[in-house]
Amino acid sequence: MKLITAIIKPFKLDDVREALAEVGVQGMTVSETRGFGRQKGHTELYRGAEYVVDFLPKIKLEIAVPDDQVERVIETLTETARSGRIGDGKIFVTELERVVRIRTGEVNESAL
Amino acid sequence: MTELEYALNTFYLLICAALVMWMAAGFTMLEAGLVRARNTVEILTKNVALYAIACLMYFLVGYQMMYPGEGVNAFWPGFGFGVSAENALADLTAEGSEVAFSSLADFMFQVVFVATAMSIVSGAVAERMKLWAFLAFAVVMTGVIYPWQGYWSWGGGVLDGLGYSDYAGGGIVHMAGAAAALAGVLLLGPRAGKYTADGRPRAIPGANLPLATLGMFILWMGWFGFNGGSELAVAGFGSANAVAKVFVNTNLAAAAGLVAALLFARFLFGKADLTMALNGALAGLVSITAGPSTPEPWLAVLIGAVGGVVVVASILAFDRIRIDDPVGAISVHGVCGILGLLAVPLSNPDATFLGQIAGIALIGGFVFVASLGVWAALNATLGIRVHPDDERAGLDFAECGMEAYPDFAHGGD
Repeated sequence: MKLITAIIKPFKLDDVREALAEVGVQGMTVSETRGFGRQKGHTELYRGAEYVVDFLPKIKLEIAVPDDQVERVIETLTETARSGRIGDGKIFVTELERVVRIRTGEVNESAL
Repeated sequence: MTELEYALNTFYLLICAALVMWMAAGFTMLEAGLVRARNTVEILTKNVALYAIACLMYFLVGYQMMYPGEGVNAFWPGFGFGVSAENALADLTAEGSEVAFSSLADFMFQVVFVATAMSIVSGAVAERMKLWAFLAFAVVMTGVIYPWQGYWSWGGGVLDGLGYSDYAGGGIVHMAGAAAALAGVLLLGPRAGKYTADGRPRAIPGANLPLATLGMFILWMGWFGFNGGSELAVAGFGSANAVAKVFVNTNLAAAAGLVAALLFARFLFGKADLTMALNGALAGLVSITAGPSTPEPWLAVLIGAVGGVVVVASILAFDRIRIDDPVGAISVHGVCGILGLLAVPLSNPDATFLGQIAGIALIGGFVFVASLGVWAALNATLGIRVHPDDERAGLDFAECGMEAYPDFAHGGD
């Protein structure tokens, strides 16, 4: 089992969710977040004085999947979240040791 | 005057008083929008409290000080208390009577102007002044300083008959409020983080521009009462036409101020700056306040537009010389108040440039010096500036123990 964490542009969320549901993803956690990568921040203007917004708003997706789904999910994410411009985000894949469904106590793949 | 005319004038004055009262909501929203989220509750508290204090103080001593009938001398009105006796029907029907409206309606209309002058101060000293020191200042300002100088012109004192003309209070209300604010800001110093080490001003963006925009529109609407009501009559052919002209000029000046500020800021910064546009509308309104009844509408447009350009330049200039005014109140009400007073003789033959300058010097100078004294006294006793730690944490937590937008909070067990 793997935990796939993806940082994407906020306006891509709907497309991504739809595409992931189509390839069989059962659930995901989404949070509004902020950060920067190579895109850095940008400057804004208030009463004639510039100020820097270092951390730009992004969406963080967390998806726990069985090993055989990992490649498909990564592929779907890269395809749908890409705009081709700087700031499209990143995907992180980490090993998942244990999963428990709170309601039933089921564990691991049957809990996904 | 017939009873019907008397009733109509009184009714008009009371409706205008309600409109001006609503300007307190406008100032509150404008200021709440232009400060940071962590100072929201404190600025709201300051605004509701100052309105209430202004009403009580003006009732206690202010009104009789500003309108003593016979003052002690041309400079000092003397003390009096409460409201004036209501008119008797015989006063109205007497030959040559000048009674035109209920004297309590007059009090009602005057009392809401005091609150406006005080509201101007709260925005300029926002985000770093102690709440209770500010409210203590409000007591003196609304009870003594404002009515004292108000007596000089509207109350029949020294400026009356000197060629000083201030129809709705561009000087008496707006410039006076700004002079008190300037004195406070000078003693208070800029907000932490406003200037870089080498002295360049930094942007401290306001937390809620929708609220600031709503505040501006509320003020614009309230201004119809502020200027329109200052005709003090509506019953009759001449009065009705005069009131309509004041409404038209007030609206046009605001519109011209907004457009001029928007364009000028776009020219300077390359972007459409909303906060400058908002201040442009207010600058247009303040600029026309000293004389909305005499200019032809095209002149009102011009006066408003000049106000809109001047306010942008003024806000940038004050920023540069380390006078930190988070909402731009000193520029809007002070600089444009003076501008408006100087524009009055263009269309009003009763006003002279010399008289206007005398009024500006006397009112502006007195309010500034008197306020500086009160602020200094408060600084020596209560202290006027919050502790740097409190400023960092936000005045909401430090002064009010409450947040405007509490997250992850629950009632104590």
